[in-house]
Amino acid sequence: MRQLTYVEALNEGLAQALETDDRVLLIGQGVTSPWYVGASTKGLYDRFGPERVIDTPVSENAVTGAAVGAALAGMRPIVVHPRMDFMYYAFDAMVNHAANWRCMFGGQGRVPVVFWGIVNRGGEQAAQHSQALHGMFAHIPGLKVMLPSTPHDVKGLLLSAVDDDDPVVFVDERWLYGEVGEVPEEPYRVPLGMAAVCREGKDVTVAASSWMARQSRHAADLLAHDGIDAEVIDVRCLKPLDEACLLASVRKTGRFLAVDGGWRSYGASAELCALVAEEAFGALKCAPARIALPDLPAPAARTLESAYYPDVEHIAARVRSMVAGERTASREESV
Amino acid sequence: MLRRMLLIRRVEESIAEGIERGEIVCPCHLYIGQEAVAVGVCSRLRQDDFVFSTHRSHGHYLAKGGDVDAMVAEVFCRETGCSGGWGGSMHIIDAAVGLPGSSAIVAGTIPLAVGAALAFATRGEDRVAVAFFGDGTTNEGVFYECLNFAALRRLPVLFVCENNLYSTHMPIEKCLADTDIARKASVFGLPGEKVDGNDVLAVADAAQSAVERARTGGGPALIECLTYRWRGHVGPHFDVEKGLRSRDELDGWMRRCPVKLFEQRLLRDGQATVGDIAKVRVDVETAVARAFAGARSAGFPSAGQLLARVLEGGQP
Repeated sequence: MRQLTYVEALNEGLAQALETDDRVLLIGQGVTSPWYVGASTKGLYDRFGPERVIDTPVSENAVTGAAVGAALAGMRPIVVHPRMDFMYYAFDAMVNHAANWRCMFGGQGRVPVVFWGIVNRGGEQAAQHSQALHGMFAHIPGLKVMLPSTPHDVKGLLLSAVDDDDPVVFVDERWLYGEVGEVPEEPYRVPLGMAAVCREGKDVTVAASSWMARQSRHAADLLAHDGIDAEVIDVRCLKPLDEACLLASVRKTGRFLAVDGGWRSYGASAELCALVAEEAFGALKCAPARIALPDLPAPAARTLESAYYPDVEHIAARVRSMVAGERTASREESV
Repeated sequence: MLRRMLLIRRVEESIAEGIERGEIVCPCHLYIGQEAVAVGVCSRLRQDDFVFSTHRSHGHYLAKGGDVDAMVAEVFCRETGCSGGWGGSMHIIDAAVGLPGSSAIVAGTIPLAVGAALAFATRGEDRVAVAFFGDGTTNEGVFYECLNFAALRRLPVLFVCENNLYSTHMPIEKCLADTDIARKASVFGLPGEKVDGNDVLAVADAAQSAVERARTGGGPALIECLTYRWRGHVGPHFDVEKGLRSRDELDGWMRRCPVKLFEQRLLRDGQATVGDIAKVRVDVETAVARAFAGARSAGFPSAGQLLARVLEGGQP
């Protein structure tokens, strides 16, 4: 099977969505820019034209609201935010309107919109060009949240998100754009709400998403050299969450580590640990653990960035201490 | 048009009574005094045009042909309400007649209307979308984003501002550095017309031109309708007793009652007789009585619906 990069697979998914369904629109800043959204929208404007691929002024609130309105009027819009940091302007449209609509009207009024936000960080971009808000979105009732970490999954999850009749947040990650993997040529779907066991193991369950899933897979390779057999689960979707997959794994391994690319407090890692503590307490050999970003806005200097973003060795070291039965001070360890 | 204006008036007055009796609890933002705006505009729309409205949406709902029984039941938060009791007064819907839902976030529905217009234009349909909003809404940044974006793409959207001179408790001159709302359209190269919002035919004429223009690719327009709400921002009282408005000001506007003005116009022009009008009033009374009796006798949604909704929303 052919290999594509993550961004090529994303581009193909967008093209296939636009091609197979006239109701699909791609709208947002930078869709015709050569750099703004990486190569993710390459060629789409030329192929599908200005009615389907709409580059917009810097009006996140109005444009995102317009995507919601277009969804109410029978389209299937994908509205892109090249940096997740600017999505705050769009929260009213996403939360008060899209997320609430179906429930506010007693189950009527479906809003088939995809909110595509790109986490675009590192490179000394600092606090306002770095944020990953999936935990915040997953907290909102009425929003689905998916975070692919492989070329195969980005195309399949995107197509599922477009098919979904409810609002879906697609949390995209620039650091993944160069990852390579097998991608079938024809359109296919990866169902929302289904996690993937990317590596089977018996000693510890490492549950991660997006870039951290990629880091965790590499950490598992390192750990194998130490004779530690880690089961890595790519969560893929925070909402709906594949609880059954996570719990079955923890009941098998007895150890749980959540690895998240958002801030430590009140985020995705907290949710996964709470789930495991509530539902698989009896199976645990040690307390659920988590690695996430420290509770701090992102710094610029590369020395600070290295300390801020957990790397592969960091994850491996944490697993080693869990397996060795060492209880480390969790706040320091998660930094 | 008279029937619709009277229906709105009598429904709203009956809701006020319901609130005073303690039967209606959810906050109701009454449309009494502004009937000519909703009815004038909606009289020039087709069923498949979309109307987006705000917290003060009962008038637009009924003017567009929404189901009065379902609306009143929703205000009572009953299961038979148009939103099943999940929305209350501020979240009413009748998709079959081009009412995709009302929202209480000030300016929140303006981008929705722009987006609906975008959908219509993309599919080559000659439908239009209308956003109704108040004078206070022109303080929100997204209003300007929407004027700009709609102008750039020549979208078939009508921006209708109901300037009733107050933004909750604040008089307009304390909110807007420039109180000429119609003129704000010109900054974006759009036509902006100021109209007597209590003259239903004047509103209809302004709407007719703007709608025709939008349908034929002429792009968006802003219509500022000068009007007044008789009751306070929310609830049945008049805000005069709270010292927010003067009795004289209110009395002056009540003398220009849009319903009464239209009745007088119809009689004067020979379009209707006293008997015709009396018959319309009786019909309206019957419809209102039926809607309220139905609402009062309907049940509330059961608590079991909460879990059902959660499961429907969350599980793989």
